[in-house]
Parts: sequence; structure tokens; C-alpha cells
Amino acid sequence: MSVKDKVIEIIAEQAVLEPSDVTMESTLEDLGIDSLGLVESIFAIEEAFDISVPFNANDPTESDFDISSVTSIIAGIEKLVAEQS
Amino acid sequence: MKRVVITGAGTINALGQNVEDTFAAMKDGRCGIGPLEMRDVDRLTIKIGGQVHGFEAEARFNRQQIALYDRFTQFALVAARQAIKQSGLEFSGEMAAKSGVVLGTSGGGMQTLDENYRSVYEDGKNRVHPFVVPKLMNNAAASHLSMEFNLKGPSFTVATACASSNHAMSQAFQLVRTGMAPVMVTGGSESMLCFGGVKAWEGLRVMSKDACRPFSANRNGMVQGEGAGVFVFEDYDHARARGADILAEVVGFAMTSDASDIVMPSKQGAARAISGALADAKVNPEEVGYINAHGTGTAANDKTECAAVADVFGPHADNLMISSTKSMHGHLIGGTGAVELLACIMALREGVIAPTISYEEPDPECALDVVPNEARDAKVDVVLSNAFAFGGLNAVLALRKV
Repeated sequence: MSVKDKVIEIIAEQAVLEPSDVTMESTLEDLGIDSLGLVESIFAIEEAFDISVPFNANDPTESDFDISSVTSIIAGIEKLVAEQS
Repeated sequence: MKRVVITGAGTINALGQNVEDTFAAMKDGRCGIGPLEMRDVDRLTIKIGGQVHGFEAEARFNRQQIALYDRFTQFALVAARQAIKQSGLEFSGEMAAKSGVVLGTSGGGMQTLDENYRSVYEDGKNRVHPFVVPKLMNNAAASHLSMEFNLKGPSFTVATACASSNHAMSQAFQLVRTGMAPVMVTGGSESMLCFGGVKAWEGLRVMSKDACRPFSANRNGMVQGEGAGVFVFEDYDHARARGADILAEVVGFAMTSDASDIVMPSKQGAARAISGALADAKVNPEEVGYINAHGTGTAANDKTECAAVADVFGPHADNLMISSTKSMHGHLIGGTGAVELLACIMALREGVIAPTISYEEPDPECALDVVPNEARDAKVDVVLSNAFAFGGLNAVLALRKV
């Protein structure tokens, strides 16, 4: 499974949606994922890829990790996975 | 001062997953204590407990809820749903704004602590689930109750070890009695039957390996239980005005501190709590027909408690009944007073006194009517519920038939 498909699967599970309902343009807000859901998603992503995501829930916009859309989240994870290997 | 009545009750414990089944078990003198089922049980010295079996969280909560609810929170919610349903109350507007929830627990989310310590220490993981803190915090159960039932008034959690529930219910009683809240949801919950929880108790060497036999000369210690009891405490006039079914009236309470030892109980501290509750309730000692004992089955508690009762009641100590239902459901630690309040309600409402089971040999130091082994039909008008915690913190409640 590609990084993209796995991230979408995790986000879909958190949003209680089918993966096909998660579009690349969606924001987490569109998908109904709140702040607690976000940290749970990041935890699941970290577990799935054995990476550490530099996300600070105190001030998400100041983190080195862009969560503004599904696209940006996948891009960030792909970068972290690439850096790790 | 307002009169305070109980208009709803709910529970889950080793004897049953609702009040009806728990009453039936208490009337039958059934024992809910049995072999513990948990990971690494072979590494435990103490292998018995009053465990809740056949509890299907998935049937009661959705996936997101389960991710956030430790077992002690799940127990509290199950009991609260029953209690609030029985009360017939719905919380909205001004009533919701003033009504709250006060729960007792000693360990809080012990299952969550145990699982995650295991994960980071034993399995060497460097990351834990983000909900560990909101799951394990002692006020998690009270907070989730407030959210599920829209309780927006005074809400908090009390932790006084084995007296937590009685202290919590005392606070709820105060809030309703003084008119601060028309309704308070109260009681307690505990789920300490995990490997670390049992192991910690083993260390004190006060646990029995075979049975909880309060007041029996051959008693050899306490047995842990788990579960919850939750009640709706309501302003009497409020309850009457809406035609609620009243289970019992809470008439008084007292709290004392031994201020002497971190584990050994004091007769004076217990006696002051008992006599204080009588004075607060304005009842004569002779009116008390039944006491639900703290009755842990340890040498220290049982003889101290019996001596305190003898001191407070004088000759009437020989006329009243005193039983320990811990012999059946085990010691629920911070949840114990709540489940034991059910035995008080059963005595007042149904005229049946729950027995002290597993009683085998009279102990001259516990020479009271402990209702050995079989439940008894008896008409009682006033009852007490004792709780004497480690740390010397005592809380006694007085209830009257309505």
C-alpha cells in the first residue's frame, strides 16, 4: 500500500468515512476531525510508518508539519518517510 | 435545609450488571468472587477477585468512546445510565445548569496506566496513544457523565481511597441539602483489577488467597472487586412535585480523620464518624436497625469497626444488624461505598438485610449480629453505611425509609 493510500485509510477511519469519500482537497475540518481526532490520526500515522511527526497541538500553524489539507498531510508524511529511509 | 432523596440507582459489579440482579444475588447470599482472568495471572500470588465478567463494552459504546473510556469510566457510565433512566429525569435549562456529578474513585484509569506502563517499560515502545492522559485521569468518569447527561453544575471527583464513594455522596448530599443543586448524580467507580493493581495490593500482605470472610474468626484478609454504583440524589420537593418514585431519603453524614496512621484504623475516628452521622441526621442510636459495615475481612478493620459500633450504640449494638457485602462483591476500593449503598436501599425498601457470607467461626472481638451467611427479612427504618479508608479518612452516611 502506498503512503498516500495508507494515510487516507487512517484519516477515513478517524472520520468514520469510506476512503473513497476522502478527497485530496478535503481539510480535516471538512471531514469532521476535531483536535483530539487529529492527534489520534497523527499517532496512528506514526505507528504505521514508524516515524515521528513534528506536530505541536498547542499551535498547529507553527509546526513544521502542514495539516491544512489531505494533500499537504500526505506530502509531509512522504517527506518524513523518505528522510527516514 | 432541603430534604434529599434518592430517585435512581444503577450498578455494575461482580454480582450483577444492574440493581435488580445485584439485589437478587445479595438476597441469595451469592458469591461473586472467583478466579481472576487477566494477563500474567500466573505471576500473581493473589489470584481471586470480584471481577465483572461478560461485560461487552462494544455493545454499549462506539469505537471513539471506547478509545476515550477506561474501564472505570465505562462502569460509571453503565451505572449512571440505569440510575438516570430510573429517575426519569432529563437535564435541560436551569436544572441542567445547576445539577452536577460527584464521583468517588481511588485509582482512576488504572487499566490505562497498567497497559501503557507495560507498553513503554516492558515492550520498550517510545510512543503511547494520545488519549492516555484523558483516559486515566481520576475525573474522567465524572466528566463523561456530565457530557452524556448535560450536567453543567458542580462536578468533581473525590479520591479518599476506600471511602471515596462515601465522601463523594456526602458532598452530593450537601449540595442538594443546601439548595445549591436540585439534583446531583453521585456514587463511585473503580477498576483496579489489573496486573499492577493486584500486585500493588499483594505488597501490603492483607489480601486473602481464598475468600473474604468479614467478622469470622478465621478471616484472612480482603479480596478486591471492581465496578460502580451511581445514584440520583434529588431535592425532596423537586422529586415530589414531579411524582418521582423515591427509593430512600439521605438524612445525614459525617466525615472524620483519624490523624494517626496511614494504614491502621482507629476506633475513635470510626466512632466519631458514626456518632457524627447520627447527630447530623438527628436520629437516636436506637432507631438504627442496620449498618452496612466497612467490613473488609482484615483483622485490623473488623475488630476496630465492631468496637466503634459497640462504643457508639452501647446496649443497642446487640439489637442492630451489621453485615459486610464485601464478602460477596469484594472490596471495590473507591467504588465500594456506592455498591454498598445498594444493600442499604434494599434493607429500607424491600425489608431484606444482605448477609455476610463465608462466615464460619464467631470472633469474640466481633460479637455483633453480622447476619451470617443468609439474608434476613427485617423491617428497618434507619440504616448507616460505613467507610473507613487507608489514611484514616472516614465517612458515614445515614439513610431513612420514605
